[in-house]
Amino acid sequence: MAAIEHTVLQFSTSPSSSLSAKVHPLVIFNICDCYVRRPDQSERVIGTLLGSVLPDGTVDIRNSYAVPHVSGEQVALDIEYHHNMLISHQKVNPKEVIVGWYSTGLGVSGGSALFHEFYSREAPNPVHLTVDTGFVNGAGTIKAYVSVNLSLGDRQLAAQFQEIPLDLRMVEAERVGYDILKTPMVDKLPTDLEGMEASMERLLALIDDVYKYVDNVVEGRVEQDNTIGRFLFDTIASLPKLSPSAFDKLINDSLQDNLLLLYLSSITRTQLTLAEKLNTAAQVL
Amino acid sequence: MATPGARSFLQVAATEEVASPLRVVQIEGLVILKIIKHCKEFSPALVTGQLLGLDVGSVLEVTNCFPFPVREEDEEIEADGANYQLEMMRCLREVNVDNNTVGWYQSTLLGSFQTVELIETFMNYQENIRRCVCIIYDPLKSNQGVLALKALKLSDSFMDLYRTNNFTGEKLREKNLSWVDIFEEIPIKVSNSALISAFMTELEADTPVVQCDYDRLQLSTSPFLERNMEFLIECMDDLSMEQQKFQYYYRNLSRQQAQQQAWIQKRRVENMARKAAGDEPLPEEDPSNPVFKPLPEPSRLDSFLITNQISNYCNQINGVTGQSFSRLYLTKALHEN
Repeated sequence: MAAIEHTVLQFSTSPSSSLSAKVHPLVIFNICDCYVRRPDQSERVIGTLLGSVLPDGTVDIRNSYAVPHVSGEQVALDIEYHHNMLISHQKVNPKEVIVGWYSTGLGVSGGSALFHEFYSREAPNPVHLTVDTGFVNGAGTIKAYVSVNLSLGDRQLAAQFQEIPLDLRMVEAERVGYDILKTPMVDKLPTDLEGMEASMERLLALIDDVYKYVDNVVEGRVEQDNTIGRFLFDTIASLPKLSPSAFDKLINDSLQDNLLLLYLSSITRTQLTLAEKLNTAAQVL
Repeated sequence: MATPGARSFLQVAATEEVASPLRVVQIEGLVILKIIKHCKEFSPALVTGQLLGLDVGSVLEVTNCFPFPVREEDEEIEADGANYQLEMMRCLREVNVDNNTVGWYQSTLLGSFQTVELIETFMNYQENIRRCVCIIYDPLKSNQGVLALKALKLSDSFMDLYRTNNFTGEKLREKNLSWVDIFEEIPIKVSNSALISAFMTELEADTPVVQCDYDRLQLSTSPFLERNMEFLIECMDDLSMEQQKFQYYYRNLSRQQAQQQAWIQKRRVENMARKAAGDEPLPEEDPSNPVFKPLPEPSRLDSFLITNQISNYCNQINGVTGQSFSRLYLTKALHEN
């Protein structure tokens, strides 16, 4: 945290709205990759965060790139490199602007204040993201900070880094599937049917859990919880109420449509093989 | 390639180094996420980007990638495009990213990517790099809960044939090449660094059900199937046009042959008359006669590509209907209880 020497402090501005940040999984991947590839003499990686500010004030961090820097006694940042990369990135996606910067390692150090000052010239109210790649606390902590100016009367004293809530929901990573992104080596991408199987197994497991819970409540082993009961009721009520014959007809119609398409595509494939044999086998001369 | 060196290397230099065939493409999770992000953001427009990595033995490692800006057809923007590429590669080199181009990626809409441009881009890349691969990502299909990522490569026999630009029926029969042999699909392996797998393990969502499950268990697939069918029908139209071209060609060919026969007969009769009169017999062939002009056989390349596309659509339809079956039976079982 920043040095707090005087006993009397005055926060000049508290964050106006509850500023929060949302990080996309690609950013984490990028940062880790840059950390793994860092030159041997530097301990940490510094880089720029790109993204946009959503209308409700949340900062949406979507992309990032590393910037060569010098840390330690003297701190320096390769500004030209930073600008070049920014221009290149904006050629592809002009909507992504600088929203902050990141550094690896736990906590905020003294040099960070200077970097933060540089970035505050680039973007209004930049967000500082720290990614603990050293797993100091036994866990990888990712925190986001904004800087708040501490002033005594008229004099600027220091800048305090205040933590802001961070939303790490990884919807894209979920889409790809955590199995693929988690293990060091995946031998084969899962096909449609395998994925289907996995999803159905999960659904089955969930239904089993719910079953057991309901059984327990009925037998009095577990306290009943009204909210859960209401949820269950809503879920079951959301099944459309159709008479069995109408439902059967619906299902059978869909089944037949699918069979038709399957048949059609098999016929097309047979036709293709036949046509190709005829085309190349034709000997006119 | 082995460079001619000292005498002791002579044996190595003498044996031509045979590149081990590409068996697997190893992609990093980072690259997959980047590709997905780029293609999704610009969907439905089609976008491309460059792949960077290493070529190791029979594995092609893809470790990073960067997107290409949308290019307009303009002279000065072309030079800009090349500059952008150089700039990106230089900047990435400074942060120790592999600076080696190993191919490119592009997004597609429901699998309509087998075009002549793809082949030409492949040939362009092949001149500079020994092994390159093209990764195709389909954002529409991925909405169904499947990761639609494919790695493609042109087969070697097809590349030789393309260089000679000769796609007649005879040549193809000679090489035993059919439309399945144009593109080779290479299996993809995904690798992640230990650091990132540690982070992912920790950040994994606690809920037992994830977004991809929601996508997969959705009952409505008709928009997807409808578009597939639309594309399929269009392709069938194209294919029938190509086949008509062939029919036209064959009809012309047989007509020309009949004309040739007639002309030769006439010549023979004339020659007999001349022999009887004691004159020199005229040659039986006359290359300047338009009857003998060889007709150009239409190239089969287009029909092959279209056939490839059609088979792709068919496969997709098969896959999706298969999934729908499971879903429908699931719903049925659910309702019965």
